[in-house]
Amino acid sequence: MAVDTKPPALRRSRKKAGARSGDLLRAVTSSTVMWVLVVIYALPTLWFVVSSFKSAGELFTYPLTFWPKHFTIDGYVKAWTQFDFAQYFINTLIVAVSATVLTVVASAMAGYALAKYQSWWLKIFAVCILATTMLPGETILAPLFLVVRNLGLYNSLSGVVVPAVITATGTFMFRQFFLTAPNDLLEAARIDGSGEFSTFLRIMLPLARPIILTLAIFSFQWRWNDYLWPLIILNDPNQFTLQIGVASIIGANNVNWSVLLGASVLSMVPLVAIYLVFQKYVMSADMNAGLKD
Amino acid sequence: MVDSVQRTAEPAIGPVNHDKPRRRFRRKLNSYTGAPLLMISINLVLFALFFVWPAAIGLGYSFTSYTGIGDAPFVGTDNYTKLFADPAFWAALKRTLIYTASVVPLSFVAALGTAYLLVSPYTKGKSVARVVFFLPWLISPIIVGVIWRWLFGENFGLVNFIIEKFGGSAVSWQSNGDLSLIVVIVAATWAGTAFNMLLFIAALKNVPVSYYEAADLDGANAWQKFRRITLPAIAPTSFIVILLSTLHTMKEYSLIVAVNAGGPGTENNLIVQYIYSTGFRKAQIGYASAASFILLLILMVIALVQMLANRRKGN
Repeated sequence: MAVDTKPPALRRSRKKAGARSGDLLRAVTSSTVMWVLVVIYALPTLWFVVSSFKSAGELFTYPLTFWPKHFTIDGYVKAWTQFDFAQYFINTLIVAVSATVLTVVASAMAGYALAKYQSWWLKIFAVCILATTMLPGETILAPLFLVVRNLGLYNSLSGVVVPAVITATGTFMFRQFFLTAPNDLLEAARIDGSGEFSTFLRIMLPLARPIILTLAIFSFQWRWNDYLWPLIILNDPNQFTLQIGVASIIGANNVNWSVLLGASVLSMVPLVAIYLVFQKYVMSADMNAGLKD
Repeated sequence: MVDSVQRTAEPAIGPVNHDKPRRRFRRKLNSYTGAPLLMISINLVLFALFFVWPAAIGLGYSFTSYTGIGDAPFVGTDNYTKLFADPAFWAALKRTLIYTASVVPLSFVAALGTAYLLVSPYTKGKSVARVVFFLPWLISPIIVGVIWRWLFGENFGLVNFIIEKFGGSAVSWQSNGDLSLIVVIVAATWAGTAFNMLLFIAALKNVPVSYYEAADLDGANAWQKFRRITLPAIAPTSFIVILLSTLHTMKEYSLIVAVNAGGPGTENNLIVQYIYSTGFRKAQIGYASAASFILLLILMVIALVQMLANRRKGN
């Protein structure tokens, strides 16, 4: 596909140069449509978060009001004390952090190998990795559980982490990036007598910093929000992750909404914080790289 | 892809350091076979352990009445015949297909629409809008389910409150199976927009501006430009979005558990929930493996059909 190589900033200025009289009308209608959508998309979360500051009684009192009449954090306190929420947080953090580190390491190495070396078995390996997207864990749920149990990983956090380390998305993000890293660098390092592994670690990996951060955030989000696999592997309430904890509140016969709202909002906080800090690495992610060709 | 070339070409000059300690790694790693083999080793082992092995024993167990412990008596194709005769399986499959056929087009349109507005030079306040559109991506399927369940509660939800305020009567979002599925579909679309929107933003930014300028000279209107230039130019991304969201939607579980637990009753049980409840609640591992393989086959057929359709369109 022929692609315009001008950076976006240049394009925009050109467009403005050719501005016509209808532009104002278009700006008004486009912005209006966008902002209506913004309200629609923001409303569910906003209503949810605002509700979490209402008292248990006020939650169900008609007529509903948008802002709480009595601002309270009772739901949060109850969620934190009634359940072993601190433990859930720690468990989820252990799973998400260790899976993220392992995923980045495994994906970076495999992606580099796929980009910079040529051989028939690497091509077969690439197809195998791609196949894991088409055949996700859910389609082999029962036998995967047996394998993990036979490996002695049942009811342990490592049973949640280890099978999740391999990811086609991550591997191909790195492959795509390293394909664009100049081969001259590699050749120069080889001529200088640098070993293959040390070239990778010292020259190529530092270049891939943006990809490392992007994949780290994605991987962290995947593991933080995972539900089905931890549910199957973890049996001991001391090992539960946040998602299982929250789901257990919904599973009760009488849903305690006050606690549920507080617990849900609490479980969202870390990811929102990470996103707001590392926003640019998420938004620039070209995730279809590699899957596209 | 071009933007990534630019991204890398620049910093490439910096880190070249000729003074680094040489030959510190063993000679074995220097070979052009050993190094890549070592580099893929983690993924290779994991692939063998968690894909090849389960796939193999899963296929084996699907011909047995294994319950997870003890013997695995061979029962031939009994599991498959039983599966095809089970109305609950067909109901779950049908529900899954309806769900997928609704969510995929809706989230496609939502993602492309929001992406288009976010790259348009005419919209104001893009940076705030981008964060708002993207936030649902951060929220787990379980919490997304809770959020929408709260909004669509029958006796306490904001939606029914507004409907009643305008003189309507409360809608049974929870106790009516079809309405309940609609809530899940809306929730899935809302939550699925963000990621696909990212893909579309990247694709839209890569459409050559010269095409639009040429169209402007020819007097094309906005819709013609979108239909004749934008859509064909982003076709590869559209294909990826449709393929990935179809595969993802077919195996939905967490979201529906949080919204209505597959209810009312078992009316909205989707296929993964069927596998989960037969395999893990009722401990029929052999039977669940058979159901898993049917799902796997369906996903493969869907992926193949979409790839063929894409290839034909490309020619």
